Amino acid sequence: MSNKENPYIPHMAKVEDTWYETHGERAIKTFRVVFEDEEVKESWEHLPGQCAMIGVLGVGESMISISSSPTEGKFLRFSVMRMGKVTQALHQLEPGDSMTVRGPYGNNFPLEEWKGKKILTIGGGIGQAPLRPIVEYVRANINDYQDLTVIYGARTTNDLCFKQELEDLRECQEVSSCHLSIDIEEEGWSHFVGFVPTLLMEVNPSPENTIAITCGPPIMIKFVLENLKKLGFEDEQIYTTLENRMKCGIGKCGRCNAGPLYVCKDGPVFNYATLKQVPEAFA
Amino acid sequence: MSEKVLQKANWSSFVQALADARELWFPVKDGPIYKFAPYSGDVDAGLEEYAYSSVPPKAVVLPQTETMFLYQVGDKEISLPEEKKEKVVLGARPCDARAMDIVDRVFQWDEDDPYYLENRNKTAVIGLACNEPFVNCFCTSLDGSPGSTQGLDVLMVDLGDKYYLRSVTDKGSRILGDAESALEDASGEGSQAEEIIKEAEGKIKRSIDTEGIREKLEEGWEAPLWDEVSRACLGCGACTFLCPTCHCFDIQDEVEGFDGRRCRMWDSCMFGEYTLHTSGHNPRPSRKERTRNRISHKYRYYVEKFDKIACVGCGRCITSCPVNIDILDILSRVKEEL
Repeated sequence: MSNKENPYIPHMAKVEDTWYETHGERAIKTFRVVFEDEEVKESWEHLPGQCAMIGVLGVGESMISISSSPTEGKFLRFSVMRMGKVTQALHQLEPGDSMTVRGPYGNNFPLEEWKGKKILTIGGGIGQAPLRPIVEYVRANINDYQDLTVIYGARTTNDLCFKQELEDLRECQEVSSCHLSIDIEEEGWSHFVGFVPTLLMEVNPSPENTIAITCGPPIMIKFVLENLKKLGFEDEQIYTTLENRMKCGIGKCGRCNAGPLYVCKDGPVFNYATLKQVPEAFA
Repeated sequence: MSEKVLQKANWSSFVQALADARELWFPVKDGPIYKFAPYSGDVDAGLEEYAYSSVPPKAVVLPQTETMFLYQVGDKEISLPEEKKEKVVLGARPCDARAMDIVDRVFQWDEDDPYYLENRNKTAVIGLACNEPFVNCFCTSLDGSPGSTQGLDVLMVDLGDKYYLRSVTDKGSRILGDAESALEDASGEGSQAEEIIKEAEGKIKRSIDTEGIREKLEEGWEAPLWDEVSRACLGCGACTFLCPTCHCFDIQDEVEGFDGRRCRMWDSCMFGEYTLHTSGHNPRPSRKERTRNRISHKYRYYVEKFDKIACVGCGRCITSCPVNIDILDILSRVKEEL
């Protein structure tokens, strides 16, 4: 059964590797999966910013952002926080198990358009998952971009995702810079302590020829947007990615709209100039 | 196009001929209301007392619950449900057929929805013109008419002792062909039917001038009117479940033993859970936002995408609301106050 004829039929994907990014009740687990069908594996194409419906037969599906960049290889990565019924079931999966995947859905970050510019990502908590493919994509094509700056924070060190990768990124200072933060002081933490919007002001990036992309909790996004404006960023230079409850992923089931915009089709990536016109987007 | 006449004396054989050729859906009395159900063989069932169906015939093409695929738990094989049957709907009101035309666009928007389109392509609709419009009808405000043929395959008009039938599509001509033995050729009944329709248009009491509503809905997003018009709302969802253009659905897995199926079912933007995130965050947290979404979807969002209002003026949401929320009152206030 091909998913071209019936977009609701998922593909099976084998879990190759899993690890925990964070622990606790709302742990975040990362899955690296490959499609079991060779044809699907070869023909699948996605771009940074797109999402997929992943799930477990007998339980259901959730829309999750693809946290790997196509530049990394013929696999997909998903970082999933254990929150509800479906993510609970996904967390049970171990290497060798299968999950269902359909998609990719939505639009993407216009990375082609951004060539020659400085890229600034500002993430909070699990919000780094959709930003990670940008970081990986720009790193793989670093000569096409002027600079890469990553600002990322979480409540505590235990809530930080992709720790090792971000530490590694700090090492190669010639191409990029990476600034990490936690909200509350912890022993052994040598980086910034405070909220992400405050760290943004500390880093003080120049808006000149820069694109800023932010994702995180709504409250963080609100203050990041305010601070970006203070730093002199124009609306057109700011992007974010939204999430809403979704069922179909293809603009039929109705629920993911923010005003006239369907997050599954018109988004999830939105320019701030567009989003500003849609009050429900910040509800 | 073919024009036929059905003598009411031949009603039973007409219905039987349709039912022999296809799965026949028919307005059936269920307690105090009419709803569409597969024809049970009761050939005496006529349309004499039927005014309109409280539940629209959308269920024929978008079942209230529909199996999308089947599987065995623990297995990776997915199988599709049985192919859908060829169907004919007898006695749909013209507004309900126009509604199908509106919903068709959503299910073909960029990506085809195979379940809906298979059903839709295999369904023929015989519409019954409204000689006596219902109290809350306002189809004429939305480019409709008691005799509109949009979305229909055959238009049927009650002429007293007989029906006049006119095919609108090739599918309609084939349907009339199936029931040929019960029909006679028309001779001038067409103009009589036109007159009845024209007269019926004059009997429609309610109306709204839709000019400018789209723009006002955009400008008046934060207006206090939304608090006021939604205050009485119970969140029961009747307005959406019974709306012929409402098509939103949920998708759920159902498991019994090892037999699993993924199915979809009607859902409603008037329910809090519809938009509730797992985190507890809800972008439409109260009935105010949900009411605004219901009206805005029909009179603004859909219009922006498909250049057409997603309401046919059937009046069901008015008639069925337990607290008398009236979409025409809301729309007039939108026009006056925003």
